[in-house]
Amino acid sequence: MEKKVLQVRNLQTHFTSDAGVVKAVDGVSFEVGKGETLGIVGESGSGKSVTSLSIMRLLKDTPGKIAGGEILYEGRDLTKISEREMRRIRGNEIAMIFQEPMTSLNPVYKIGRQLEESIILHMKLSKKAARERSIQMLKAVGISRPEKIVFEFPHQLSGGMRQRVMIAMAMACNPKVLIADEPTTALDVTIQAQILELMKSLTTTTDTAILLITHDLGVVAEMCDRVVVMYGGRAVEESDVVSIFTNPKHPYTQGLLESIPKIGDRVERLSSIPGNVPIPAHMPMGCKFAPRCPHAMDVCWDKEPSFDKLTDNHSVRCWLHKEVPTDEPNLVGSSER
Amino acid sequence: MNQTLLEVQNVKKYFPIPSKLFSRKKEFVKAVDGVSFTVNKGETLSIVGESGCGKSTTGRMIMKLLDITEGKVIFEGQDITDMTDDQIRPLRKEFQMVFQDPYASLNPRLTIKEILEEPLIVHNFNKGNRNQRVTELLEVVGLNKYHADRYPHEFSGGQRQRIGIARALAVNPKLIIADEPVSALDVSIQSQVLNLMKDLQEEFGLTYVFIAHDLSVVEHISDRVGVMYLGRLVELATRDELFGKPLHPYTKALLSAVPIPDPTVKRERIILKGDIPSPANPPSGCTFHTRCPFAQETCKIQVPEFRELESGHYVACHYAEELEIN
Repeated sequence: MEKKVLQVRNLQTHFTSDAGVVKAVDGVSFEVGKGETLGIVGESGSGKSVTSLSIMRLLKDTPGKIAGGEILYEGRDLTKISEREMRRIRGNEIAMIFQEPMTSLNPVYKIGRQLEESIILHMKLSKKAARERSIQMLKAVGISRPEKIVFEFPHQLSGGMRQRVMIAMAMACNPKVLIADEPTTALDVTIQAQILELMKSLTTTTDTAILLITHDLGVVAEMCDRVVVMYGGRAVEESDVVSIFTNPKHPYTQGLLESIPKIGDRVERLSSIPGNVPIPAHMPMGCKFAPRCPHAMDVCWDKEPSFDKLTDNHSVRCWLHKEVPTDEPNLVGSSER
Repeated sequence: MNQTLLEVQNVKKYFPIPSKLFSRKKEFVKAVDGVSFTVNKGETLSIVGESGCGKSTTGRMIMKLLDITEGKVIFEGQDITDMTDDQIRPLRKEFQMVFQDPYASLNPRLTIKEILEEPLIVHNFNKGNRNQRVTELLEVVGLNKYHADRYPHEFSGGQRQRIGIARALAVNPKLIIADEPVSALDVSIQSQVLNLMKDLQEEFGLTYVFIAHDLSVVEHISDRVGVMYLGRLVELATRDELFGKPLHPYTKALLSAVPIPDPTVKRERIILKGDIPSPANPPSGCTFHTRCPFAQETCKIQVPEFRELESGHYVACHYAEELEIN
């Protein structure tokens, strides 16, 4: 079997606060191979962004800490290496695109200088060569007149252009893994279509593995090969993209898919998941989805199910799909709000 | 017979750009540049468009939260365009607004009860019944009366948006202008709020002007849809017409750009080139010609008329008929 570029095994990221330990990510596992796009889907508070920050080891200035699990990048455990070694990987072999293209560019430096910084640092090029490389990258992401743009400041560019600059910056050192945290959420649909198209063409030409974090199921359907669905800090379902959309196993995935309005598919009422997304500080005891689940059984309230394989490429965390340890499953239709 | 509730006639909003020192010429951002439509009683008219197209400005002008540079807004036969604040205040209880950001639109220092009472006090509702009315409102939007004494920060985004809707309903309005009411909410919460809005419409016979950028949400909730681009309406039609047979190339591109949550569907996508031009310096002729894949010479010179191509289907494009055949 082909070796995966990035493997995350049972990742746990905890935040310490006055109110106690908040388990923002609690047992998330997945793998991404070369040229593959893995989608991580979830609502706010599901832990998807914290997962990406953990991989990049960007939690230093937060109360967060990786409390357990492994992040294997080409066989090396990123949770164990020193900050110095990490710095060599970050931005070079694993790069990241952030959601807000305005706040993630430095407003006081010109575009060229920001692009060259990582190129000079990681590729050990001269200033002149770095400038050439950055112009070449800007051209690759579809920016017209890149020779002029390098002398401009971020505020002179539009949202779509800034996101292109971010992508150019991330791709400049030919990373093996690209983490994109909601890369198109702040953009308009027609610009989103441009950026997604660009990301697709980049993966096919450079064979980069992409970790696409998003809440938009439409984007997932279009971009991803595999999907991890997260809820309450846990992966609840993982499979290839077609199975997730045509044959979802977890009640949360099913509810999510049913609650989005689809163009060309008209319904009088949308079905919706009752209740609210749980707050990490007040997680339910057993299955995190039990209070909102239409199929919740007694066991769901007391015991959290494990994340098990149903078939070779479909895993799910739900009691409905496994042997319940007690005698008879007692079905209670919970409609609690 | 359809009864017209609101009529917007060729409204314009120009924001002046602070003039540079020594420059004589005053420049303007043409945020809204001649928009006309009517809203019938009991229907939902959606206005869609990308950021900066003027859809929110249009909503605010209808509410008279912004002064209207030119044109007319007529509500139930009354011209409200030039009314003073004092004149408009009693009328305001007929039309209310729901805002986008449920975190910013509720005063964090007031309890929910105080928030919901405020419009009742302004519009001189019977003092004795206020408490009862607050309870009633909370129940209508799916909350409980024990929520009344809490503060906004104790609620989730979806609940806050319900409170925002309850506040708008407090004075029994006829028209609700909802400016991106669900775009700040999580997917699973969005559908709850959309269902609530539909239920309330049926129950109270409300009329909605729904401002949004998410086309799938718009398709779900609307009766008619208007598409805006750079301060102008480019197409206006019934929902079925607009989604089934879009006539303007921008509408077509917009529809094809929406990602479909189904990995088995593969389709042709029209990718528009470039960005939206600045409304301070819009292109000549048809403002869409810089990005239009079908642009001709005429488009650069002549502003297309917003014309009724078929009954109830308006479009602003010189070549709409020919494009339709292709």
